[in-house]
Amino acid sequence: MSPLTPAMPSVDYAALAPVLIVLGGACLSVLLEALLPLRVRGRVQLGVTLTVVVVGLVAVIVRATSGAAPVTTLAGALAVDGPALFLWGTLLALAVPSVLLLADRSVEPGGAFVADPVALGEAEERERVAVGARSGGATARARTGGGGGRDGARGRGTRARDVVEGQTEIFPLVLFALGGMLVFCAADDLLTMFIALEVLSLPLYLLCGLARRKRLMSQESAVKYFLLGAFSSAFFLYGLALLYGYADSVKLADISQAAAGSLRPDSLLFGGLALLVVGLMFKASVGPFHTWTPDVYQGAPTSVTAFMAACTKVAAFGAILRVFTVAFGSTVWEWRGVLWAVAIVSMVIGAVLGLTQTDVKRMIAYSSVAHAGFLLLGAMAITPAGLSATLFYLLAYGFTTVALFGLVSLVRGPDGEATHLSAWAGLGKRSPVVAAAVTFLMLALAGIPLTSGFTAKFAVFSAALADGMTPLVIVALVVSAVAAFFYLRLIVLMYFSEPAADGPTVSVPGPFTTVAITLGVVVTLLLGVVPTAVLGWADGLSFLG
Amino acid sequence: MSALLLALLLLPLVGAAVCGVMATREDLERAARVVGLGFAAVSLVLVAIVWSLYSTAPDAPRFQGRLSVEWIPAFGVSFALGLDGIALTMIALLAVLVPIVLVFAAADKLPAGRTGAGFTALILATQGVLVGVFAATDVFLFYVLFEAMLIPMYFLIGRFGGPRRQYAAVKFFLYSFLGGLIMLASVIGLFVASENRLGEGTFDWTALQGMAAQLPLSTQIPLFLGFFAAFAIKAPLVPFHTWLPDAGAEAPIAGSIILLGLLDKVGTFGFLRYTLPLFPAASRELAPLVLTLAVIGVLYGALLAAAQTDLKRFVAYTSIAHFGFIALGIFAFSSQSIAGSALYMVNHGISTAMLFLVVGLLIRRGGTADLTQYGGVGRAAPLLAGMFLVAGLSTIALPGTNSFISEFLVLLGSFARQPAFTVIATVGIVFAALYMLWVFQRTMTGPLRGAAVVGDGPGAASAATFTDTGDDSWMRRTTARFGDLTRGEVALLTPLVALILVLGFFPGPVLEVLDPTVAATMSEVGVPDPVTPNGVVAR
Repeated sequence: MSPLTPAMPSVDYAALAPVLIVLGGACLSVLLEALLPLRVRGRVQLGVTLTVVVVGLVAVIVRATSGAAPVTTLAGALAVDGPALFLWGTLLALAVPSVLLLADRSVEPGGAFVADPVALGEAEERERVAVGARSGGATARARTGGGGGRDGARGRGTRARDVVEGQTEIFPLVLFALGGMLVFCAADDLLTMFIALEVLSLPLYLLCGLARRKRLMSQESAVKYFLLGAFSSAFFLYGLALLYGYADSVKLADISQAAAGSLRPDSLLFGGLALLVVGLMFKASVGPFHTWTPDVYQGAPTSVTAFMAACTKVAAFGAILRVFTVAFGSTVWEWRGVLWAVAIVSMVIGAVLGLTQTDVKRMIAYSSVAHAGFLLLGAMAITPAGLSATLFYLLAYGFTTVALFGLVSLVRGPDGEATHLSAWAGLGKRSPVVAAAVTFLMLALAGIPLTSGFTAKFAVFSAALADGMTPLVIVALVVSAVAAFFYLRLIVLMYFSEPAADGPTVSVPGPFTTVAITLGVVVTLLLGVVPTAVLGWADGLSFLG
Repeated sequence: MSALLLALLLLPLVGAAVCGVMATREDLERAARVVGLGFAAVSLVLVAIVWSLYSTAPDAPRFQGRLSVEWIPAFGVSFALGLDGIALTMIALLAVLVPIVLVFAAADKLPAGRTGAGFTALILATQGVLVGVFAATDVFLFYVLFEAMLIPMYFLIGRFGGPRRQYAAVKFFLYSFLGGLIMLASVIGLFVASENRLGEGTFDWTALQGMAAQLPLSTQIPLFLGFFAAFAIKAPLVPFHTWLPDAGAEAPIAGSIILLGLLDKVGTFGFLRYTLPLFPAASRELAPLVLTLAVIGVLYGALLAAAQTDLKRFVAYTSIAHFGFIALGIFAFSSQSIAGSALYMVNHGISTAMLFLVVGLLIRRGGTADLTQYGGVGRAAPLLAGMFLVAGLSTIALPGTNSFISEFLVLLGSFARQPAFTVIATVGIVFAALYMLWVFQRTMTGPLRGAAVVGDGPGAASAATFTDTGDDSWMRRTTARFGDLTRGEVALLTPLVALILVLGFFPGPVLEVLDPTVAATMSEVGVPDPVTPNGVVAR
């Protein structure tokens, strides 16, 4: 190698396999979107997406069980170490039920997403031929969902029924978001982390706006998420710049070294940390940076909310864990006080505002804010116990949430999902199985023993207590009791109230949704009763660097 | 014996599952009740066998029938069971009461849309989990089951209870859950302390007892308070008691019996098994606080009981007074008082069950729990009134009934160490006679009156203002309509009456089982007995 050509960084393809599979799958999916006829597109896209996710998961498991040493690759941009593999496994495992929920079209004919413009055009055409000009407002409204330009598919009739096929672009979008998440929680320098943040966020902004029903609310949520997300990205970038100024490097390990025993100005370090943390906390919906959460959770299509609530949280906390441990582990005593306040605010906001909600999705959103506060307790501990507890919590919480949103999508009124609490009254009588599943998941969120929620809380709280955060643990326990009230309220409504006469119906879920919900419920139960295997995996992992 | 113990835990849970499945089909309603009763009966037989196998020799191990399977090694948690004398008596009481309760409930009218099979399933589930709570020798397992037992009881109150059942169910759940979470903080604290002191974290009761008792007082006190809060809510001691009258009044009679008779005993059981042995220094230090609460409970419970007009709330308040006595005995630290308290836990279960059953039979006839609507029931239903008297006298600890022995032991043992508290508590006995006899007088004696008894006959308007007109043709009609106890109902009450009388004269067999455990607890607390065998009071 001559000294003039720049040295190409070594690429460890084996270690990167899961990321490459997911991002490669996403590119393939984009091509399929352009090339396949509308008729088969949905099915092929689903097949490809599921295959990609499962193959990626297998690759993670192979890597994790092979005992390969942790490496940094791509010139130190990515660290494939124990926690990264655990987080990848969690993300891909959560992606399976999420994708199944996204693909479901048994609950809402044509799927929960806005109609494909081409398919819509065809449907209009048919209708015009059959009835004459009768469409109008409805089509104009539905047209807002996507761009046109795929006229090639026109002419091949898709369905005889009046159901218009939904967008299939959701699949590449989900895969790109997933790829971004994988990189996000393995990024070993802040610049890679920032790019991954954008890669994961942009598809999510789009996905939020694609609901077939309640279009305005969905678009509003997308715009809100985008604007606030852009702000938080700016914070992150500003923080990154300050830290670069402080440490002359964007690598996490370099920041840690620079912070240990140097005479550089601390204001750059802590200013940078503060701004960086704002960006990260925003993604993790930790209060007081949570304000987007209820609106977006409510407005987005429920399956997207499920994906977001589970996977984004995992990715964001994965990054938070890495940044705290690798870059700021040496200065933990100087910044942790501030995060105490953040954790308390998050827990209290989540629990107290959750009490006042009358919409199931908003209620779960506030509950996720409270849970983010609990997770922060584990993330702040910067001990092996704290790390493994937080990882376990993320896995447990993710599956519970996905299954819960799956169930929420089943309770439907005349205009789509009936998410108002009053609609859930007497559900235990009309559909005991759905009510029982919701009850179980609510108890898991409340942290009742024999559910994964309890095991996770126990792990996090004991790690925090062992690291001297006794007051925080006490606050967390009190908050758990407060939060239990609103979980209970739903159970009370379902079981102890009489159903309303014109109440919503509960759709019989198709195979996809059934599998997704069952998976979530079973994992929630197993992690509560026999958590040993997963705890054993999470135990003893450590970050590289 | 380990296998039997495991069977005692699992059998009711299997029964609950079977009944739960049968609840989905209406034509299996009766069959489910019979199956449920069958499971309860087998449990009773198993308990009898375990009782006969339980060794009361002084050198017998602290826990018998031990069984331990590793559960979550990462936290040092095992699924560990074992019986001491106190746990055994509580499990035996449970096994005796559950079949009675199931038979009683079979004649109850259920709220619309609820099935008897579901009810049976919930009762059996509560039984299974409660056996686990009493038998657990792993603190984590205990905590898990302590929280888990809320769930069937919550549904029992919320689905099968009275008009304000939602409120009562949620209040019950939140109080207990909050207490549980405070205890969780202490449980985690114990775990962390064991990590620091023993090298690796454990939840094994024996290991923790050895470790925690050595902790400095400043560490013991917060840990003690965590456990104490949960148990004080559960047992309930006075400032934490407000959920009990609501839950007791709104739960169905069968649920109230399990709730007050056994579920609440987990609180006093917890004092004996967890707070005292694990945190002896803190227990001694904070005993005056607990004793104050206990004595307040005795007086306050009794006074409020006297003021109630709802029969079920009345029973609930009498229980608060009794829990005060039990706590007094436990925190007086003498072997007599602790043995008295342990025995009191059994006796209170029996008398409360009896009282609730009689009240339930009365409500079944009169259709209301409002005691001002009843009067002169003794004329219409002399057997019922007699049973009420037996239950009442047992509740106020008349000599010759079971409760007398335990109350006497508590007062005797406590006086040696805490004369002031004991003397005040003794006043509670007088109040007890007041509230019980007054209620008896108002509802059972005198001429027939009150809307619940006479319907629209004379005296219907108010039981208080009735004057006898001498015309008694309506009286015969009323008597026939109201009806005395049937043979079946008498048969249902007979085992309890027998227990009340037998334990009133021969408490020996139960005390024999309790004594070794009480002695072990005393030595764990590390307090010398104030009364030596030759009768010298050593302070």
